Amino acid sequence: MAVCIAVIAKENYPLYIRSVPTQNELKFHYTVHTSLDVVEEKISAVGKSLGDQRELYLGLLYPTEDYKMFRKLHNSFTDVMCNPFHNPGDPIQSKAFDGIVSGMMVQTG
Amino acid sequence: MAGSQWELPPELCCRPMAFVALTGLDVVYNAVHRAIWDAFCANRRADRVPISFKVLPGDHEYPKCRTKRTSYEWYIPKGILKTGWMNKHLNLVPALVVLFYELDWDDPQWKEKQSECATKVEIVRTSLQGRNTKVAVVLIQKKTPLPPGEDLVASERAATLCNACDLSGKSLFVLPHTDHLVGYIIRLENAFYEHAQTYYYTEIRRVKSHKEFLNKTTHQLLFVRHQFKIAFFSELKQDTQNALKYYRTAYSLVHELRAHETNMLEIKTMAGFINYKICRLCFQHNTPLDAIAQFRKHIDLCKKKIGSAELAFEHAAWMSKQFQSFGELFDEAIKLGLTAIQTQNPGFYYQQAACYSQDRKQQAQQLCQAGATYPSPEPLDTQSGGLDFYGQRPWRQGHQSIDPPDAEKEKTGILALQIKERDVPHSELIIALLSNAVAQFKKYKCPRMKSHLMVQMGEEYYHAKDYTKALKLLDYVMCDYRTERWWGLLTAILTTALRCAYLMASVKDYIIYCMELLGRASTLKEEQKLRIEKNLIKVLTNEVPDAEPECDSSSVSAAKSLWSDRMALAGSNELTIEVQDYIPFIQCKAKFQSPSFHVDQPIQLQVFLRADCPHPVSFNKLSVSLSNQEYNQWCVVESSGQESMSLLPGKTKRFNFSFVAKTEDVGKKIEVRLLLTVAGLGQPDHAAQYHVRLCSDTTQSECYWRSLFVQIISRVPKISVQLSHQPPALNNEMYCISVTIQSQEEGVAKDVKLTAGLKPGQDANLGQTTHVTLDGSKVCDDTAPALLPDVPLGDLKPGEKLEWCVYVKCVSTGPRVFLFHVAYSIDTTVEGRQIVCKCHKDETVTIETVVPFEVSVKFVSTKFEPLDRVAVDIPFLLMTDILSSSPWPLLLASSSLQLTGESASECFCLRCPPLTNSNSTVATGQYLISWRRYSSSADSPLIQTTVTLPHVILESVPLYIHADVPSFGRVRESLSVRYHIENRTALVQEVEMAVEPSDAFMFSGLKQVRLRILPGSEQQMLYNYYPLMAGYQTLPQLNISLPRCPTTNTHTLRRFLPQRIFVKPQGRQVDDASIAAA
Repeated sequence: MAVCIAVIAKENYPLYIRSVPTQNELKFHYTVHTSLDVVEEKISAVGKSLGDQRELYLGLLYPTEDYKMFRKLHNSFTDVMCNPFHNPGDPIQSKAFDGIVSGMMVQTG
Repeated sequence: MAGSQWELPPELCCRPMAFVALTGLDVVYNAVHRAIWDAFCANRRADRVPISFKVLPGDHEYPKCRTKRTSYEWYIPKGILKTGWMNKHLNLVPALVVLFYELDWDDPQWKEKQSECATKVEIVRTSLQGRNTKVAVVLIQKKTPLPPGEDLVASERAATLCNACDLSGKSLFVLPHTDHLVGYIIRLENAFYEHAQTYYYTEIRRVKSHKEFLNKTTHQLLFVRHQFKIAFFSELKQDTQNALKYYRTAYSLVHELRAHETNMLEIKTMAGFINYKICRLCFQHNTPLDAIAQFRKHIDLCKKKIGSAELAFEHAAWMSKQFQSFGELFDEAIKLGLTAIQTQNPGFYYQQAACYSQDRKQQAQQLCQAGATYPSPEPLDTQSGGLDFYGQRPWRQGHQSIDPPDAEKEKTGILALQIKERDVPHSELIIALLSNAVAQFKKYKCPRMKSHLMVQMGEEYYHAKDYTKALKLLDYVMCDYRTERWWGLLTAILTTALRCAYLMASVKDYIIYCMELLGRASTLKEEQKLRIEKNLIKVLTNEVPDAEPECDSSSVSAAKSLWSDRMALAGSNELTIEVQDYIPFIQCKAKFQSPSFHVDQPIQLQVFLRADCPHPVSFNKLSVSLSNQEYNQWCVVESSGQESMSLLPGKTKRFNFSFVAKTEDVGKKIEVRLLLTVAGLGQPDHAAQYHVRLCSDTTQSECYWRSLFVQIISRVPKISVQLSHQPPALNNEMYCISVTIQSQEEGVAKDVKLTAGLKPGQDANLGQTTHVTLDGSKVCDDTAPALLPDVPLGDLKPGEKLEWCVYVKCVSTGPRVFLFHVAYSIDTTVEGRQIVCKCHKDETVTIETVVPFEVSVKFVSTKFEPLDRVAVDIPFLLMTDILSSSPWPLLLASSSLQLTGESASECFCLRCPPLTNSNSTVATGQYLISWRRYSSSADSPLIQTTVTLPHVILESVPLYIHADVPSFGRVRESLSVRYHIENRTALVQEVEMAVEPSDAFMFSGLKQVRLRILPGSEQQMLYNYYPLMAGYQTLPQLNISLPRCPTTNTHTLRRFLPQRIFVKPQGRQVDDASIAAA
């Protein structure tokens, strides 16, 4: 189960970020932000084959998360982007997305 | 115990090397001995054997060897490892003692010296009693030794010396101090190294032999100790593979020890030491993954072994040290060539070390209450001044049972440790570790990690009350978070920065951070914003702001007095804040109504302001600075008197400015820079004491204040420019383009100037092949320019029309773009201001240039037969065909022929003079045609077109023959033909001539003749032909041959002769002329 879920725009700012309220929110924000160093490095890695480029899942940045979770989140994100009233680049404000994220988070009473 | 209690001992961290003691060397007064010692010490590079040498006096007392234990039965060990043990074997107990002694084989006092040497050896041996240390003797000799076996005296004396000193032959060395000292020394030290290896080998065997006496219940500590010692001796022996093996065994044994609160520190200390050794060796063996795996295992095993809860900070300190040392080992390995990666670099270990140091600080703050008095007598003192065993408590050394021997002593000891911990500069330690980590993450391209650590450093400085440094760091990273748009993190950093600014009473910083925290980038809650805004207004009205939450009370009271001092000094209260780097609480956007303006239109600029803060904001001046400072005066709004302008939260306010551009700025692409000044910020009902000006240089900020450009372009011309011409242009002609300029202005267009010609920026060659002139009366030459600039045309009254002809001569064909630029100035009024506007109108036209006609030339004989070569001195014809390719009629003046769309052919009869040289081709010259357009006026100049005629191949003929033949004959009327045969050579030519019979003619004359023709002379032959048939008839064929010139025969000569003649039918009347001809 996740403790913090974030969707980051390609310009590296957060479109959506939520963590389990009881935890130290700021610390998670810093963790997500610093893991972007690794994301940036992985994305810019040269010599990748075309197949690799189509692979959206980057793998582990820190020893956490699992693949299924990514796919579920990505599908929901795609739904948000398909909303004609959503302006790409704006922070995500969607009840459906919130619901999916809540389902993936650690249940806290 | 100082803060350095957690440092690893240097003897653990160094690379163990065999210890060899050198005695008998007087390095102070004896130059030879000094040179020998220097040779041992200097240049100890990696290729030399790893030995640490020490010079000791001959009678040096080595550490006493305790009597060997024969049984471990009643022995209970007091600890794992003695604190002095490693140092003892590194620096005190040598593997080999070398005695240097000056003695030559042929020394006159050999006997005495031999016994003296033996005594010295004996002294060393006695001091080393009980140890396995080897002794060796080096004889320093003045003479170069003879090759082995040749010096019988030497071998005999060597044997007696060995005997006297009780040495094996392998332990006696000779060192001649001659030229090759370093070479000898290297051979010596290699031999020493072998002895040392043997020594450490026996030591390992000795320690191993203890094992059989040990039992698992009472001697657990010894298992660890012995494995550690074996491993350490293996390292001294440079057997790192085995050393690693033994350390690994020692490591697992240390975790098998029964751990309880009293010995936890000892176990962790030793586990830390052994782990350090293992990791170090793994890096040395270039197996960094093994090192990392070992370290992870170590941390997993140890992180829960906190020990005494009252000394929890000790565990954090120890953990921090573990990470730090591993980070240092990792870093060291990288310096020696290991490559690290972004996700696995020393930075993570330093960061973790810092993290544990932060834990340590927190625990220390919780556990070490202020006010406790330091216990007396000092519980941390020991008799020896230090500890006997690593990781033990000074007040109960050697105690190994579960419960402390004395509860009271335990209590005072813990209290003493807690009080000592209070004095530890935690923040300093944390900051040092963080800055190490920052350096690493910078190296491994983790900018965000670096920023995060710098934030932590800033926060640590804040905790350490070094607010200046804290602000410097926070300020440095703030813009990273701002550009990355992580507002949540930015807000957190700003909040800390605001606290620093408050505690320092730094007015400007305080205002800046307040403004940004009020702005849209801040994720603060509404009530927080309200509080901050209240404070901001207080500062602006020269009041002391309320304290920021979460500041400790003593700092707050200090800050309060600082603020009141600052507020009392209400002197210069002008503050200018450059907001391009911040996201202020007032957003500003500006926009020009159009990307460009004509100079006779007022430029319209709109400035939008919007406040993001919760309360209305007032200000009293808004000004805009443009790149041309003269416009600034038109872009100012100022509140009149007491009334100030205000911005309502979330509402956008628009200001319109308009100004007239300067005529000097016309035509230039002008960047209009926007510099916004909002002065006198405050709240509507408060009189602001501080005048804050927000400035933004929009050229430097991309994100939040967009930069603006406007182009001032010239006034729209009210003038028409018309071109009329008859395309295409003909090559070389004076092509006339007529320009009609008509003014539609209401005033007088002054200084009208025409620039006409080839449009710049085309192919460079066109510039040289195009000539423009206004003078159409004669053909211009090459000096005429391609572009006529600024031809003054005078003034143009309203409605007036001007017509000019521009002549263009195009030397080459192809398309060209011509530009006609008419510029003038006119007085006009914009918004009541009189300005002189410069206007211009451009017309361009593309004109194709074509060749007017094509001239083809051919050579024909006088019989109009095409010639491929021309005979010398024989007339031939040159025919020129001129084919017009012009769509317009042409006048060819030179031949007076007036043909349109047809070929004009001219014939020239030429004769080639005999050539002196043998050149077979000859240039026939040029053909000049003078022409002009038929439609052009009669006085327009003629154009000379030169056609170069083709070369012709010449040949000389030895014999030339031509005939005088009447133009026609008549049936049955005599027709006389005279053949002239000329000899063109310098030789007498013999010619054979024969006339072949013909059906169409009868003839009289010599049918076959042979004659001689002298050089340069001519022979004539007369024949009378009598035609028998009418029509075109072939004349009887004349066969000629030159026996001397076989190449010249009938065939080659025939082209000179007429072949046919027209024979008219017989008339009724006999013509007198024909009779006369017959």
